[in-house]
This record gives sequence, C-alpha cells and structure tokens, in this order.
Amino acid sequence: MSIAATGKRSFGSFLWDYLTTVDHKKIAHLYLAGGGFFFILGGLEALVIRIQLIRPENDFISAGFYNEMITMHGTTMIFLAGMPILIGLMNAAMPLQIGARDVAFPFLNALSFWLFLFGGLLLNLSFLFGGAPDAGWTSYASLAMQSPGHGVDFYILGLQIAGAGTLMGGINFIATIVTMRAPGMTYMRMPLFTWATFITSVLILFAFPPLTINLFLLMFDRMFETAFFNVALGGNTIIYQHLFWIFGHPEVYILILPLFGLFSDIFSTFSRKRLFGYTAMVFATMLIAFLGFMVWAHHMFTVGLGPVANSIFAVGTMAIAVPTGIKIFNWLLTMWGGQVTVNSAMLWALGFIPSFTIGGMTGVMLGSNVADYQYHDTYFVVAHFHYVIVGGTIFGIFAGLHYWWPKMFGRILHEGMGKFSFWVFFAGFHLTFFIQHFLGLMGMPRRYWVFLHDQGLELGNLISTIGAFLMGIASIVFIYNIVYSAIKGEKAEADPWDGRTLEWSISSPPPYYNFEQLPLVRGLDPLWIEKMEGDGKIPPGEPLDDVHMPNGSFIPFLMGLGFFIAGFGFIYQVDHSLWYLALYGGLAFSIGCMVVRSLQDDFGYYIPKEELKKALEGEAK
Amino acid sequence: MTDNSNDQTEVFKRQKSKEEMQRQLISFGLMIVFTLIAFAIVATDTVDRIYILPILFIMAIVQAGFQFYYFMHLKDKGHEMPALLIYGGVWAAFLTLAGLMVISWW
Amino acid sequence: MSHDHSSLFPEVMPAAPEKATLEGKNKFFGQWFFLGGETVLFASLFGTYLALKNSTAGGPSTDELFGLGLVFLMTMLLLTSSLTSVYAMYHMRNNDFKKMYLWLGITGLLGIGFLACEIYEFAHYITEYGFSFRSSAFGSAFYALVGFHGGHVLFGICWLTTLLIRNAKRGLNLYNAPKFNTFSLFWHFIDVVWVFIFTVVYLMGKVG
Repeated sequence: MSIAATGKRSFGSFLWDYLTTVDHKKIAHLYLAGGGFFFILGGLEALVIRIQLIRPENDFISAGFYNEMITMHGTTMIFLAGMPILIGLMNAAMPLQIGARDVAFPFLNALSFWLFLFGGLLLNLSFLFGGAPDAGWTSYASLAMQSPGHGVDFYILGLQIAGAGTLMGGINFIATIVTMRAPGMTYMRMPLFTWATFITSVLILFAFPPLTINLFLLMFDRMFETAFFNVALGGNTIIYQHLFWIFGHPEVYILILPLFGLFSDIFSTFSRKRLFGYTAMVFATMLIAFLGFMVWAHHMFTVGLGPVANSIFAVGTMAIAVPTGIKIFNWLLTMWGGQVTVNSAMLWALGFIPSFTIGGMTGVMLGSNVADYQYHDTYFVVAHFHYVIVGGTIFGIFAGLHYWWPKMFGRILHEGMGKFSFWVFFAGFHLTFFIQHFLGLMGMPRRYWVFLHDQGLELGNLISTIGAFLMGIASIVFIYNIVYSAIKGEKAEADPWDGRTLEWSISSPPPYYNFEQLPLVRGLDPLWIEKMEGDGKIPPGEPLDDVHMPNGSFIPFLMGLGFFIAGFGFIYQVDHSLWYLALYGGLAFSIGCMVVRSLQDDFGYYIPKEELKKALEGEAK
Repeated sequence: MTDNSNDQTEVFKRQKSKEEMQRQLISFGLMIVFTLIAFAIVATDTVDRIYILPILFIMAIVQAGFQFYYFMHLKDKGHEMPALLIYGGVWAAFLTLAGLMVISWW
Repeated sequence: MSHDHSSLFPEVMPAAPEKATLEGKNKFFGQWFFLGGETVLFASLFGTYLALKNSTAGGPSTDELFGLGLVFLMTMLLLTSSLTSVYAMYHMRNNDFKKMYLWLGITGLLGIGFLACEIYEFAHYITEYGFSFRSSAFGSAFYALVGFHGGHVLFGICWLTTLLIRNAKRGLNLYNAPKFNTFSLFWHFIDVVWVFIFTVVYLMGKVG
C-alpha cells in the first residue's frame, strides 16, 4: 500500500515508524491490518463450521473443537474484526471530515490500538495453549463456570484488554468531535459519518463498563473462588446475562451505526445530491442509540422474566424499527432524482439496503416475545443476526474501504475486481443465510455439532455451505485487489469521487499534518458548496502559522505488552504460583510505563510555517 | 494604563472566585449536615422504616448534586457536553440498576 | 523545532489555566466523559450488590456486620478531602502554587486516612466474622463494590503523588494545570460514589 510509495526507506525504519506512531492516519492503517488479519481468521473458522455442517452426522471436527470454533468465530468477528475495522475507518476519516489535524489524545489513540492487538493475540493464542474458549461468544456464566481448561480464561483476559482499548478510543473520539471541529463546522454541519462516530462512541462509553464488570465477576469466580455465580453460596447467574446484554445490545448498534453514517455519505456522494432529510437522519441515529439501551432483555425472553417485563421489552424493540425505517427511506430518496454512479462502493451500499431490511424485518419478528419462544436458539436467530451484521456491517466495511481507500493509501482499488467480489459475495451471502431462516423454522437448533439424517435439513445445509465458500472466494479476490492496487493500482488524485466533504479537499494520502491551515466551513457538504459557489477550494479559517504536532512514542506498545504478559499471569497463576511473577511483573511494567509517561514533559513539536508555505505553493502548481 | 487594567481584571477575577468559594463552602456545610442527619436517623431509629429508605436516597442524590454542580462546576458555562454525558451515564446506570434489581430473580 | 513552547509559560496566567490550551480543554472534556462511563461501571457493581446482598449463605447479614462509627469517620475524611481539593483548585486559578500544593497534600493525606480505615474494616470483617469475598455471594458483591471504590482511592493517591513529585520544581504552567484539574474531577467523583456507598450499603444495610 503506502509501502510502494515510500520504497526507499528500510524495513526497519518503516516498522519503527508504525510501532511508535501517534498519527491517526497510520493508526487507522494499523487498525485495518489488525482487524483484517482477525477477519481472515474468523472467516476460516466460519468455513470450518460450514464444512462440519455440510452433511448429516459429519465428523470433520470433534464436538469440542466445534464449540471452540463457534465461540471463536463469534468473538473474533465482533470484537477483533468488526469493531477494529470500524475504529480504523473512523480514525482515517473522522478527523479529516471535521477539519482537525489529529484526534484529541494521539498517545491514547496508539495505546487503544496496541491494547486491542495484544488482547486479540492473547485470545487467539489459546489455540496453541491447550484449547480455545468454548462457551459461546456470550460465555454465559452457568456454562462458562463449567468449562474445563483455560479457554474461557483467555476469553476473559483477552476481551478485558481489548475492551479497555475500545473504551479509550470511544472517549477519544467524543472529545475530538467536541473540541476540535474546524472554524464554521457546527454540529449540524458535520457529515453523517462523523455524527455516527460521535453517537457510536457514546454507546461505547456507556456499554463497555458493564462488560468490564461482568468479565471481572467471571474472572474472580473462575480464578479466585468468589461466589457471584456460585449458586451453592447464593450466587445468581442471571446477573451475568443482564450485564452481558446491557453491554451486548448496544454493541450491535456500535457495529451498525457507523455504517449508517458511512452509507449516508456514500449515497449522497454518488447521487451527486445533498443527503435527503439530514436533520431527520441525525435524530434517527440518536433515537436508535437511545432505544438501543432499553431493549437488552429481548435476548432473555425465554429466561422467564415474566410477561410484563417481556412485553415492555418487546414494544421497545419494535419501536427501533421506526427510526431505522426513516433512514432506509431517506437513503432511497437521496438517490431519487440524483445522478447515480454505480461503482464498487455504491454497489455494496445498494446491496446493503435489501439485505439489511430483511434482517431488520426478522428482527421485528424476533422482537415479538410470544413468537420468540419458537425462534429462540434456532438457526432463525443465526440467519437474523448474520443478515444485519454481514448485510449491514460487513457490506458497509467493504463499501467504506472502496470509498476511502484512495484517501487512505493514495491508490484506487480495481473497479472490475471490486464489482466481481461484490456480486460473488452478495450471492454467497444470500445463499448461506437465507435458507437458514427455514432451517431454523424447521427446528434446527444453533450451536449443535451435528444434525441427523432424514429430517429434511440436508439440502438447506449443503446450500448454506456452498454460499459460505462463495463469500470466501469473494474475500480472496478482495485481498488480491488490495495487493494489485498496491503494486499496479491507479494513483489517486485528491478528489477521485467528486466528493462533498472536507477529506476530499486535501491530497491523497494527506500530509501528516492534514491541513496547512484549518479549513473554514460555510455549510453542510463544505467542499460541494465551494465547488458550486466558490473556486472549488476550501478557504482557510486561520492565518498561516507554525503547526503544533504531537511526538511519537514507543510507550503505548510497551504498555500493551505489559498487560499481555500480566494476562498470561492471571490465567496460569491457578496452576503454579510462579506465574504471579508474570502477573505482577506485567502489571508493574505497564504501570511503570504510565509513570514514565506521566513524568515526561511532552510538549510536542512545531512545524515551521515556512515548510507549510512551501507545501501550499507546491499544491498551487 | 495597561498595568492598571490588568490589576483591575485581577481584582475582579479574585472577587469572583471568592464568591464562588463561599458558595462551595455553603454546599460543603450542607453536605455535612445531610450526612449527620442520615447517620442520625439510622443510628437512633426514630423514623419509620417506610420513610427511611427514600429519605436516605434523596439526601444522597442531593449530595451528589452538590458535588457535581458546585465542587465540579457542572453549573458553569462550557459544561453542556459534560452534563449531557453525565446524564447519559446516569440514565444507563438507572437502567442497569433497574434490570439487576427488578428482573433478576432466582 | 524552532518554536520554544513559550506559550505554555505565560507571564500572566489566564483565568482558567486548566482550559487555556487545546490540550487542556481536551483533557477536561475527556475526563468528564470518562466519568460518565465510570457512572455505569459503578452502577453495574451496585446492581450486582443489590441483587446479592441477601445471599449470605448462612454468614452474617448486613445488619449484624456493619458498624456506623468507622463508616462515619471514613465519610467525614473523604468529604473533607473533597473540600480541600476544591481549595487547591481555587488557589490554582489564583496562581498560588504553594497554597495549591498545601491543599493537595492535605487531600492526599485524608485519602490515605480513608484507605487505612477501609483496610482496617476489611481486616476486621475477615478476622472477627470470617466474612471474606469467598464466603458467600453477598461477601463477593460487597468486597467487589467497596473494594473497587477503594481501588479508585488508591489509584487517586498514586496519581496525586506522581503529580506532586513531577511538578514540585516546575511550578504552575499551562502544561500541568490541566493535569491537576483532571485529578480533582476524579477525586470529586470518587466522593460521589462514596456518598452512594455509605447510603446504599451501610445505612440501608443497617435498616435492612
């Protein structure tokens, strides 16, 4: 990618650059690479699951390994692939969209990434150390307490470390949007993706603490013999379910809201039209986030909370369909009468609308607490959440990658391959998951290792597996597309899509300081306004002056490493007390790094205005 | 001339923060009084059990309000976003508590 | 590199030195948002405690266990430390470095006093009643909630110590003023949590 552009530098200095960077654009690259790696892992796990289910009573893998596969597939895709790639896109685009030079806390941003990476590595190393977690991605206490070996311990520590990074990232983005918008960039002039980043970050801020606490409770029960979930001593495992879903339901909105914002930007750009119903879109996003916090118990209808509680949560759940519907219609009306360009990014966005709508519709079906007793824990649920997460989040990620790839890496992804991978993926996706609705209605339970002969489930499962392989092929083509574009790809100009928002007003990839002078924003879609009413250039919002930049630092990496080591200490101290060395050593190392950081005077540095002036003159030529 | 005006703003600034300090002292006094009342009614067992829980809880909320609004200056200008996110947190906290207290059964 | 960062060390300090720079403003907002998340964190622990407080598994109940004297002392220590940190911020805004240090020092000492009481309290429960975080679900939830708060106090004291050491010779400037301010926000928040702990855990536990 950018390797090709900077081919002269040695690999060592390239690596050191990324290990110590605090630049939001490079951290975005790291997030995309890390998230992409885990996406491949999670995808391979999905294929293993589908191969096992290709025919009745298959013995491709053992029952125990199957449990590990479903657990790791879910956990990896949600925590280690979906969210990090989204945070990567936010890092890449959001500061540019509001006209900022970086995020509010660049050091913390790097720390967020390293915590995510080390947490993810810790979780996946469980495969090499005696078995992965096998209690499902929800890891309900009643089951997780019974799980032998250290699998669930890896789940707890890995998610704890990665989750801490995500929480910091959320705070960072909120602070950035509150304090660092360019002159004239009022809240109601922010692009929808920035709005979505803001609201998603608020969700992260309020949803992750219950997960943190829940993991702590489970950790203490498993490792230090406390009694939160020990029924013999008065414990209550329902607490785990509540805390998990108080986190877990907002989590699914964390996974989808950024893409709602992204699709809004894509639809308006490629329809060459202002977004239809901008204000309604903003408030619909807020409303979804608000309602998203009040519906967690719809995951627990069959726990037996009673008809009153179940009904309240059922009504709340169905209410979410209203703001989501507002969004769907606004997207359609944005395209209505616009000059629509159908390229790869737009194809993914167009494919998203019907796919996601089907997922939303089955969501309303599941939200009916009476009917839910039939659907619960069947493949109907599996089909539903894959329609929203793949049809929404993954489609959105592909759309966003095609859309911002030129801005992030300075190369345009190949259109032909892009369209090919979309159509193959689209077909494979519907083949895999549409039939699963019916498998579920026929009674096939989720998370089971095998299904039996002569129950009418053979054909459906075979089709589903074929579809999964099509998605695999499409992903391989996409990866090849990345490699191809890095080597032979067309160089991107500043504004390849005839864009509307600020990120397209600067070169691709942007200089490390983003803007020589902070831009002056005169309205919604600032670049488009300047194209229509001005000279197509964003006017400066400040006089040319020295620009303050943060220093890079290796400390975030070291802090992540310390917690990684401490994680192993926590997991294995139950076996041998020597592991306390790793536990306390790792923690002391990380805290030591924190103290070192705290004692430093890190004033950053200034880019002299002569250098910026030269850059400006270079652009003018 | 400039020195003089600087002095004046300095005097004004100090006057302002003095008034602020007085308000904070008053809120501290009230917090101590509330704490004394709370401990007293529990220790002496004078109030009916039905009333004691809401009284204790309301006094705790008022104390928290003093901390946030006076000690942490949430009432001042430029604190709109912090206030919004604190109230958001309180709302999520309320839901969490409601979930765990009302519909957690065994 | 030519720039000498002199803007961080002005001759006349502005009225709100903690928010005079962009970095300061970011710290101010970031800390507030973090506290919003902490609210939910403690709510999860409170919820767990309230759901489990009667699951004593034959051990002592809240009424038998808690004594009000020590809790009252702890409450007074922490409430007073909240006021002293207000004084410290008052002197920071008046650019009176020495008085700020004095009040921050007192804040830290009061915090240490609180922590000592808490450690004594826990030790007392374990030795006198055999009430540990393993003995019942109530025990686990109690130590989790109160211990998490105690951990925050400990973290605050360490944070304050680092701040006081690092800036002893530097004096007040626009680079470190936000650091003192974020600490003070954190410290007040810990006090808010304690108000709810003494009300919900101890007083309501005494009432039953």
